[in-house]
Amino acid sequence: MKQSITLEKVSKFMGFGFLTTLKDLFTGKLEKEDFVKFLRKVVVPLASILLFIGLWQLGSRALYEREANYKIQTALVDQGPEAAEAMRTCIASGDISCQPNTLPSPGQVWDSYQSLIRDHNIIRADKAAFIEKTAALNEKRIAAGKDPITYTGRPSFIDQIVMSLKTVFAGFLLALIIAIPIGIFIGLSPTLKSAFNWFIQIFKPVSPVVWYLLVFMIVKTILIDSTEDSSFIISFISVGFCSMWATLVNTAMGVASVDKDYINVAKVLKLGPMQKVFKVILPSSLPLIFTGLKITLSVAWMVLIAIELLAQSPGLGLFVWEEFQNGANDSNSKIIVAMFVIGIIGFLLDRIMLTIQNWVSFNKSDAI
Amino acid sequence: MTTNIIENTPKRVITQPEVFPSSEVMLDLKDLKKVYPTSKGDYVVLEDLNLQIKKEEFVTIIGHSGCGKTTMLSMIAGLNPISGGSISVLSKHIQGPGPDRGVIFQSPSLMPWMTALQNVLLGVDQVFPHATKAQRQDVAKYYLQKVGLEDAFHKKASDLSQGMQQRVGIARAFAIKPKVLLLDEPFGMLDSLTRGELQDILIEIWNKEKITAVMITHDVDEAIFLADRVVMMTSGPKAKIGDILNIDFERPRTRKSVLEHDDYYKYRKHLIDFLEH
Repeated sequence: MKQSITLEKVSKFMGFGFLTTLKDLFTGKLEKEDFVKFLRKVVVPLASILLFIGLWQLGSRALYEREANYKIQTALVDQGPEAAEAMRTCIASGDISCQPNTLPSPGQVWDSYQSLIRDHNIIRADKAAFIEKTAALNEKRIAAGKDPITYTGRPSFIDQIVMSLKTVFAGFLLALIIAIPIGIFIGLSPTLKSAFNWFIQIFKPVSPVVWYLLVFMIVKTILIDSTEDSSFIISFISVGFCSMWATLVNTAMGVASVDKDYINVAKVLKLGPMQKVFKVILPSSLPLIFTGLKITLSVAWMVLIAIELLAQSPGLGLFVWEEFQNGANDSNSKIIVAMFVIGIIGFLLDRIMLTIQNWVSFNKSDAI
Repeated sequence: MTTNIIENTPKRVITQPEVFPSSEVMLDLKDLKKVYPTSKGDYVVLEDLNLQIKKEEFVTIIGHSGCGKTTMLSMIAGLNPISGGSISVLSKHIQGPGPDRGVIFQSPSLMPWMTALQNVLLGVDQVFPHATKAQRQDVAKYYLQKVGLEDAFHKKASDLSQGMQQRVGIARAFAIKPKVLLLDEPFGMLDSLTRGELQDILIEIWNKEKITAVMITHDVDEAIFLADRVVMMTSGPKAKIGDILNIDFERPRTRKSVLEHDDYYKYRKHLIDFLEH
């Protein structure tokens, strides 16, 4: 019996079950008894989103008022009633120079999002124009054996997202390359386990900031002759070191806890060590390894922001930090935009890992 | 009353089992002993256990739960170290596990991420490394056909029912052509209908291959139907062979002919009497 792949199956597999319910609603396939399900899966989440935005609006309004009153009060005390009146009119007029600086409202955040996208489009056009303008010159330079001129303008918000994704994937790959082999060896040998255990237990809880400093100390010296910007290298290595522990521990646990029956089969068949590892132990510990990788990726994404901020490596972390330092009128709302973008990307990364995990694990119910 | 009980009670005296000429013996257990050290001193599971199993013989082992049957079988398989005595196959002492002693475990123990065919090939590839890939595939497919799985070669083991999985387990064990086949309550987890089907399949392949087999079972009817001899073990600790019953039905047997045989109830009563006292 061949199983066909349908929208239902794919969305359910990826954990987007509510899409099916939505589709059923629009195609009129929804039965009466499904109404409760529809309520729970579509109406309740939508309502909670609206409630969240409403509370946010109210909260930001209250904070705005508090901040405005404080400004007026300060003007009154310091400079007298005229200055206070001037401040009141200035705030009411919406003049940028005197706006209270506090939690932005949902509307402001939305405006900032659109301005970031506009900004991205401008930078992209600028970059394209630059490339077009320098194309002829660059060809000559290359022919003459010189380096081509590259665009050095500031990165847009989207560019920074892409940079962050690159850093997180580099860090994730590093974590995978280090943690899985070591995890396998530790899981296989109780001796190695006791040799490495103190190391894992001590370094696992170390904060990303400290990892960054450690990596900085080492990489800075190693790359002392290089003129290249080492901030990317430092930040992805730090991300890798911070996030690899979950994979290391899960791999070791998965390998050590392979069903005794499988090990007995391998013994009776006298499988060689390589065959035992690749045909029996690894496949049976894949679900746990993937659980570890899933945690690793989400930890990597979480620590990335802090590390980029410290390392001054271009990306969302640096974006947030620069906006905070910048103190422009819309800086706060841009920070909130970045917060949502970080959250949504983190969620999508998690879904992607879950999908891969479901796909590779032999026992579908094992997926966590 | 008293006389009656005495008459019905099987001999509790441990008679040394018959000794066969060594040319006829496939598997020889001599003074086998298994001790588990515990905090309250040693716990002796088996002691002075002597048993010879002849070539091409099918022996079933019956006894109460926890009497050490499984311990004995896993020692023969080489999965559990022996504390004393010796186990030899064709007069050679065994050293650890090996494919000369195929095992069918109580749970099918298939690799769930492999197909039925891959599971059987895992053993076949190991035992016949010099055969071509096609030959090895043929061997694996032959045995899968024998257990009635010709339509399920490429099905994932995790997608097969418990009974089908145990069929793959049987195919895997026979396909590596062991000298001795060890079966640890292979049908214990199955419902009675499936159990009957698998007994028929097992005995059908066995009739063809005549591989010396030692099988643990809890089921008196299964023990009689499959065996040339039923070995009864005394309850532990210090379990040993309590009694051995020769089953003189002709082979090949059918379930019907066995059930209709005059001696069947005599054998059955003998075994149940042993187990109940």
